[in-house]
Amino acid sequence: MLDNARAVVAECLGVRPDEVTFTPSGTHAVHLGVLGLLAGRARQGDLLLASSVEHSAVLQAGSWHTARGGRFETVDVDAHGRVSPDSVAAATAQHGVPAVIAIQSANPEVGALQPVEVAHVMESPLFVDACASAGRLPLPEGWSAAAASAHKWGGPAGVGVLLVRRSARWRNPFPGDERIDERAVGFENVPAALAAAAALRASLEEQVQLSAEHFSLTTMLAETVRSIPDTQVFLAPGDRLPHVLAFSCLYVDGEALVSELDRLGFAVASGSACTAGSLEPSHVLAAMGALTHGNVRVSLGRDTAAADVHRLAGELPGLVERLRARAGVS
Amino acid sequence: MSEPVPALEVDCRGMACPKPVIELSKAVAAVEVGKTVVLVADDAAAAADVQAWCRMRGQEYAGSGTTADGVPTYLVRRVS
Repeated sequence: MLDNARAVVAECLGVRPDEVTFTPSGTHAVHLGVLGLLAGRARQGDLLLASSVEHSAVLQAGSWHTARGGRFETVDVDAHGRVSPDSVAAATAQHGVPAVIAIQSANPEVGALQPVEVAHVMESPLFVDACASAGRLPLPEGWSAAAASAHKWGGPAGVGVLLVRRSARWRNPFPGDERIDERAVGFENVPAALAAAAALRASLEEQVQLSAEHFSLTTMLAETVRSIPDTQVFLAPGDRLPHVLAFSCLYVDGEALVSELDRLGFAVASGSACTAGSLEPSHVLAAMGALTHGNVRVSLGRDTAAADVHRLAGELPGLVERLRARAGVS
Repeated sequence: MSEPVPALEVDCRGMACPKPVIELSKAVAAVEVGKTVVLVADDAAAAADVQAWCRMRGQEYAGSGTTADGVPTYLVRRVS
């Protein structure tokens, strides 16, 4: 049954079944992927290079690596949150050729797809955190290891997917387990893995239509937000996740904005300090040189009604104006 | 080259975002073009947001420092 789930996930993601391992979470898949590639390259070097806008799972793996004597450096991004051939070249010129380079497939906060092919010019194995895009978009090319998370495509929580190419040199970075699959941690949750596989197949089947709908809704919402004075809309030109739209409103309290939207029936996320259960603003927005306060991230799901997105667009201009007036700015 | 003495200091210790940036905007509006304002703020968002505000408003970000007791400071020059 586990092999059945593995076969479905492999087929959906376009990889071989023996390259798929189910993990207890997407975060754990990221940790195993990044640190396992580093362990496989221990003789070549100890430098981990990652984009500055990686998910915290990658950054935490980097901190773990440095705490054990390794080196961890980041690649700068542009105002849209993207790495470029120039920024990768600048990072390697400054820090050296990495043992492993990690670049996400897409940024979960601002939706920009990363040109992961910038890593192909070097010999270093590439780790791709595909959690934000897997189940919606095909995996990028050229990775040695990658990670995905089932709940992001509508599957159950508690199922991550670690992908390791057969040709990749991967070594277990954690205490081993006497299992056939050395990458697995304990016994896999078989029912959850089956549910994750079924959800992935369903997600891909409805993706063409859903992506087009979400793309036009986020584009409409972006135009509305741009019409509000003093806002920054983070809608990357070119390839982007169709269902994500983030923006920041100057002089607006992010916490007040999120709670007012919640009162109106809209559940949104925020990268502003004091709202995300953190005193630090989003490292993604800061790396982009973007305004971090008054930030909102709208994420559309398969159950999001188009009418609700239009209602949100109708409410936002007046709400931002009221919050600015409350703060004594007009 | 030593920095000129700021025309105005805005002390926003203990204030959370977006208050320090709102106070900064009022202070910059109150000084003459060419003069600088120093913002004292311990809010973690200020480091990113002061620079973002300068880009949005076309003002010059002139660097950061710390007060004698270790609170971050941000220097902004009014250029328009």
